Amino acid sequence: MNEKINYWKIFKNGIFSENPVFRLALSLCPAVAVTSGVKNGFLMGVAVLFVQTMSNITVSIIRNFIHPKVRIPSYIFIIAAWVTVTDLMMAAYARDVYKEMGLYIQLIVAFAIILSRLESFASKKNVLPSGVDGLGMGFGFLIALVLIGFVRELLGKGALWGYQFTPTKPLLIMILPTGGFFVMGLLMGFFNWINRRFFGGKASADVHMEAHRHGSH
Amino acid sequence: METKAEKREKQLLVSIGPHIGSEESIPRIMWAVSISLLPAFIISVYYFGLRAIAVVGVSVLSCVIFETITQKMLKKKVTISDGSAFLTGLLLGLNLPSSIPLYQPVIGSLVGIVITKHLFGGLGYNIFNPALIGRTFMLITWPRPMTTWYKPVAGITTMDAITTATPLGILKEDGIGKLIETFGDKMNLYINLFLGNRAGSLGETSVIVLLIGAAFLFYRGYITWHIPFSFVGTVMALTWIFGGKGGLFAGDPILHLLSGGLILGAFFMATDYVTAPAIRKAQIVFGIGVGALTVLIRLKGGYPEGVMFGILLMNCFSPLLDRAFKAIPFGTIKRK
Repeated sequence: MNEKINYWKIFKNGIFSENPVFRLALSLCPAVAVTSGVKNGFLMGVAVLFVQTMSNITVSIIRNFIHPKVRIPSYIFIIAAWVTVTDLMMAAYARDVYKEMGLYIQLIVAFAIILSRLESFASKKNVLPSGVDGLGMGFGFLIALVLIGFVRELLGKGALWGYQFTPTKPLLIMILPTGGFFVMGLLMGFFNWINRRFFGGKASADVHMEAHRHGSH
Repeated sequence: METKAEKREKQLLVSIGPHIGSEESIPRIMWAVSISLLPAFIISVYYFGLRAIAVVGVSVLSCVIFETITQKMLKKKVTISDGSAFLTGLLLGLNLPSSIPLYQPVIGSLVGIVITKHLFGGLGYNIFNPALIGRTFMLITWPRPMTTWYKPVAGITTMDAITTATPLGILKEDGIGKLIETFGDKMNLYINLFLGNRAGSLGETSVIVLLIGAAFLFYRGYITWHIPFSFVGTVMALTWIFGGKGGLFAGDPILHLLSGGLILGAFFMATDYVTAPAIRKAQIVFGIGVGALTVLIRLKGGYPEGVMFGILLMNCFSPLLDRAFKAIPFGTIKRK
């Protein structure tokens, strides 16, 4: 690698042009399931950020020792290891949160975005860019979850981070799964519009197709 | 009789289609459907008072305003004069209870027009019926106001109203015995349901005026028998077979036919050109599907009425049904 690597660009990539939820349209299931509030979305985002970054670094370090035929199972093992770390840490130090979020934390193992980045980025690049990519993707996911959670909690419960400031629930549908799809779709459209209007970019469907073509899942 | 040569002659003439012009257009059809709903609107004012005008008025007005704003924002031609937004608002308003707070139809219209219709590409591209999505959104968001029904007052100036359950609600909660008791005897129940003297959404109650409107649409040829009749027939057959308490074939199909939003849904909403299949055979399958889903929800589901969900669920399948029943051009060789 002769050319200088632009780490800022790699980091920014995960937040804007390849945002996992709004642009790559990956891991939409947790993006709907845990975003009934800002707090849950934030904590989930942090957990994914940690797992993504650490798995990226791990895979990048040992990428030359993994046989291509068993790479997917190997990646899953690595992700599972870091998820277990997150799981036990949360169980030990944040019991209240863990009671609410425990099930979803364990499900991070199956998140498409993590496996996708290992396959399409970390398995081909050096340790440092891989780590930065993990950070970028993790932050992108975090931001997406917080945004969806913000809209849903505000409209659905009339609250933010658990603080109630309306006597009734203004739009009950928003905290139901249906509302999650509504908000996610509208925000995705909004991001597409911004991207097209100000950056001359592509719609998320195109990005998704390209990600597929590059061999990611 | 044409001779073969003459026929061939005709076939050989080359000109660019379409060859047959029609006087029909989107505005003509939309306004005709709106007119056919006029009797239902008038009778709703008779039964539920001036409140009916307010609810329907707010729905229609907000639908037309949202259509204008959205089309302006998307830099499209503003087409409120084609009547489609007016019709959506009218259908939405006629599907609401009279007691609803008046800001709620505005939100329902917003969801129906902006999200369901224009974000999917505008008239002709929407997958789901905008009025029904608006109503579903409202039903899920405000379950209580959307299911608080008033007894018809039969008098425009009467202000005191009594809340009650809809016939289907009573049927679901307390059974057929209680329902007959409420209306006196069975004949009385049928007559009241037929005339519309019962609790329910504004426009759905009176079967007779809805049928008058539907007859007008049939006369003009805007709807065909395929969807409404297969829909209604399926509902009647399935409720007759499975609707009764004591075993099969003990249900009351006439009761199910006359109550709920079946007639309004079958003749005015399931037949929507955009969201229903266009091919006749597909339309029959569509109608049977809507009917089956309606009965499933009415008899086994959590809601007393299933017409709305039935239509919306089958809307998803419309493009697939159209593709499945696509006519095979004569002479096509079947691929193996």
